[in-house]
Amino acid sequence: MAEGVKPRVKVPKSASAGEAVTIKTLISHQMESGQRKDSDGNVIPRSIINRFTCDFNGQNVIDVVLAPAISTNPYFEFDATVPESGEFTFTWYDDDGSTYTDTQSIEVS
Amino acid sequence: MNKTKALATGGAILALLAVPAFAGPDEDSLVINGETEIVTEAPAPAHLEGVLDTIYSGWRFRSDDTQALEMDDFDNPAMLAVDAAAATFETVDGAAGKSCASCHEGGPESFAGLGAVMPKVRESDGKLVVMEDIINECRTERMQAEEWKWSSQTMQGMVALIRLQSRGMPVDVAIDGPAQSFWDQGKEMYYTRFGQLELSCANCHEDNWGNMIRADHLSQGQINGFPTYRFNTTGLVSVHNRFRGCIRDTMAETFAEGSDEFRALELYVASRGNGLSVESPAVRQ
Repeated sequence: MAEGVKPRVKVPKSASAGEAVTIKTLISHQMESGQRKDSDGNVIPRSIINRFTCDFNGQNVIDVVLAPAISTNPYFEFDATVPESGEFTFTWYDDDGSTYTDTQSIEVS
Repeated sequence: MNKTKALATGGAILALLAVPAFAGPDEDSLVINGETEIVTEAPAPAHLEGVLDTIYSGWRFRSDDTQALEMDDFDNPAMLAVDAAAATFETVDGAAGKSCASCHEGGPESFAGLGAVMPKVRESDGKLVVMEDIINECRTERMQAEEWKWSSQTMQGMVALIRLQSRGMPVDVAIDGPAQSFWDQGKEMYYTRFGQLELSCANCHEDNWGNMIRADHLSQGQINGFPTYRFNTTGLVSVHNRFRGCIRDTMAETFAEGSDEFRALELYVASRGNGLSVESPAVRQ
């Protein structure tokens, strides 16, 4: 079980219709690769975030597969075009089966 | 139109060629989260008369990419440790069954202003104390918990959380009265050459700030932004850890983190930044 996992998201509060807004996301996670050994020589089991998705009003924006070489606290920054007011839903999928979500609403004028 | 552009480009190339050997601080200004204005350049405090005219935050000596990370808390990697410290603040630990918040009911915000005047001499016992001392005393005496290691991320995260409450306020450590003797001790250390390389703090940070030391752009060695997130260690670095690293690099036997020598040096170096804003937690290379 990964500890101290906390998702963070930064989305502008408002935008104009059709504008591309910059979204920043970060999840604090150890991203243990499964390649390392502890002091007794035993392999430390892999424990990473393996998938990240972002949806806007039920429509998928991005869907990312993460691999073990990705470093601690994976950070994604991307642009999304917002046609209308609504809600972004961000989901991170952990190797241990747990998911972490965050939602942010944006006002389009 | 095209010609104008070509001329402008030519001008830019000329400007590049004309970079002087002395590359001082850049002209950027630091505003964090688009709201907190940070003073990165100030007239030197009176005690530096004849030594420095103007003091600059180390932020001004870093590349634009590094600078940008400090301009938005979301991008600042130090904020992960600060967030963790905010959670620790509420967590009960130790035999007394207390958390930080049990006594400090106003939360971390109640420490606004403290970061700007530390280190200081405590009235009750006349000791020079730094932030780590206060935190560990709370832990051992009032919480009856184990003390934290000086440069652990837990400790430095908490120091950063407390100093963050003073971000934007001018550094104003007292150097007279009961602090005078500690300050004198720190000043003497600052100008003492250590190690096989026989270097004092002043040789780099007073005589050569702005110059390059191999690939590194020497700053004035201000500590207004500590604890600082360094890419080098991908973690928060304490003032004493930085002192130790500098003295070690002169090939000297160094002092210990949490030693009285480093406390005095911290007071003196902090006083050289009187007038700059508290910038913690800063981001450096």
